[in-house]
Amino acid sequence: MTSFGRVFRTTAFKLSLIYLAVFTAFSGFLIAYLAFNTGEILSRTLRANIDEEVRLLREQYTIGGVQRLVRVVEARSRRPGAGVYLVTDFNGNPLAGNIAEIPPHILNDTEGRLRPASYERLEATDPDRRHRALVRVFALDGGHRVVVGRDVGEREEFRGLIRDALRAALIVMIGLGLVTWWFVNRRVLKRIDQVSLTSERIMAGDLSQRLSITGSGDEFDRLGGSLNAMLGRIDELMRGLKEVSDNIAHDLKTPLTRLRNRVELTLNGEPSEERYREALEATIVESDGLIQTFNALLLIARVEAGSNGSAMAEIDVGEVVGEAVELYEPVAEDEGVTLTAEIAAPAMARASRELVAQVVTNLIDNALKYGRPPIEADGLARAPVVKVGVRRDGADVLIEVADNGAGVPEADRERVLHRFVRLEASRNAPGSGLGLALVAAVARLHGGAVELADAGPGLIVRLRWPA
Amino acid sequence: MRMLIIEDDREAARYLIKALKEAGHVADHAADGDEGWFMAEPGGYDVLVVDRMLPRRDGLSIVTALRDKGDDTPVLILSALGQVDDRVKGLRAGGDDYLTKPYAFTELLARVEALGRRRRSIEVETRLTVGDLVLDRLSHSVERAGGEIVLQPREFRLLEYLMKNAGQVVTRTMLLENVWDYHFDPQTNVIDVHMSRLRAKIDKGFDRPLLHTIRGAGYMVRDFGTKA
Repeated sequence: MTSFGRVFRTTAFKLSLIYLAVFTAFSGFLIAYLAFNTGEILSRTLRANIDEEVRLLREQYTIGGVQRLVRVVEARSRRPGAGVYLVTDFNGNPLAGNIAEIPPHILNDTEGRLRPASYERLEATDPDRRHRALVRVFALDGGHRVVVGRDVGEREEFRGLIRDALRAALIVMIGLGLVTWWFVNRRVLKRIDQVSLTSERIMAGDLSQRLSITGSGDEFDRLGGSLNAMLGRIDELMRGLKEVSDNIAHDLKTPLTRLRNRVELTLNGEPSEERYREALEATIVESDGLIQTFNALLLIARVEAGSNGSAMAEIDVGEVVGEAVELYEPVAEDEGVTLTAEIAAPAMARASRELVAQVVTNLIDNALKYGRPPIEADGLARAPVVKVGVRRDGADVLIEVADNGAGVPEADRERVLHRFVRLEASRNAPGSGLGLALVAAVARLHGGAVELADAGPGLIVRLRWPA
Repeated sequence: MRMLIIEDDREAARYLIKALKEAGHVADHAADGDEGWFMAEPGGYDVLVVDRMLPRRDGLSIVTALRDKGDDTPVLILSALGQVDDRVKGLRAGGDDYLTKPYAFTELLARVEALGRRRRSIEVETRLTVGDLVLDRLSHSVERAGGEIVLQPREFRLLEYLMKNAGQVVTRTMLLENVWDYHFDPQTNVIDVHMSRLRAKIDKGFDRPLLHTIRGAGYMVRDFGTKA
């Protein structure tokens, strides 16, 4: 498409056109309104003046007859800027006044109506020119007729002026509209072209491309900012997806292979009911584990996509955490771990009860499993303690789960939040390596963060989000 | 119990019906939504097991239609969708219980049996009795052979749920869902520890145990009578 054709399809062009039409209609209306009203006022004044003069002339006639009337009319006719006057005898021959010629039908109409007439002025500089006037004709007793009028050339001039103003305004408006549109258009088109170009690059597969921001803070910048944030999120999700598929490939294939090999080995061996039963039972355990891993992965994926479906509601986080602690209390006691809860109730926050409960049980589970104090040089170990706390921290709600075990080396603290990452020290303990990944995902879903720190000794996990 | 399985996966249905028959139930099979509605509509079943996604007619719409005509046959909804809102939708449509695929057969069996029994049951009874164990839901007290047993609030609810389903297997997941309102499985078997505490409180010192562990399935409260 030609660049010209493209220009006509732009929103800027269409908008300019609409504005132009609207403003033209508006100014047209305004000028017409003014013209009409001003015309009305002028006409009214004219009419009043003529009526007044007719009254005055009749008065003069009553006082002094035709002679006096002729004298007064002569005097008035000679004044600069005078009106239109004519006194005739009963034959229509002029006796006084400043009219050289007027159509006879006007002269014969003595009803006293005000009517337009064209006439020729005496002592005119341009004798050929006929003037237009509003006139009134009245007859006197002796058959004399008197014409009194006002030249309306002035009014006509005024009309012309208005017409010219309208025309000029239209031209200026169209001109200005075109200029503005041209500038806006050039600017807008340029930016849009940039956006299109960047989008095309992104569609071609380069998700690292970003829209340029001029820093002017205009709507394009804001749009660009939002789009960039969206791209960042998509990029993150895509990377997450890739990471997940890589992890799934590795971490689910391993148990599946184990499963398959066990069955194969059992089938190849000597047929014995006891061996079969044992293998089948192990298979169930293994597949249950796989299902659990699958469920955990799906849950993390959905939480990360922000579409976990769990209803967010205003909940008392302290209560939810308290319940989770209560659920684990007997287990902790059996294992000789002191599990304590320090809950500053109520800690209200917007959250998904289901996810918070699951995350806190994960953290307590982890602390019980991996937070065992190591055996010291003297062959003894500290008594294991797990502390759970909930409190408001400024605008945030903060959940802490701390153990007094070996802790997590600083270098690994970020890494263990990823899926399937398990530290060497705990590789042989049961677990899927998904618990902390879920914690991180849930924290993000709530607009918060999870942080691992040194509890001195031990590990402390802090989960916080804006209440 | 007479059951109707509305499930389009024929292999899964065949296996399910066989297993239900082995457990002493009678089960019919409908392979799509229309057939399911046709068979369920006249009534006569104790429990319906309805897959959520069916050819021809959606499983939830069958349940809703039944409820609309005043049929309150208990329904267990089966679904591959395990999200909280999926479950809520299923229960809102009129389902009584919701089980996510893949499931263990023991889990399904325990749930349909609980549903079938609940029908002629005891939601309103204020005193639950099993053998010489009495639980009073109004005064929140538990007695065994006339002696009071002091239980924590959660233990009380645990026992209450077990006694409501006395004589039936209750799985760990059912306990988590109904007593804790948790719809996920904690990694450690926390329920077992709670159960052993409860058992220590109600069975210790009595020669007839009432709280039984059913291997590979769950728990059951039942008075098997005096030992021979």
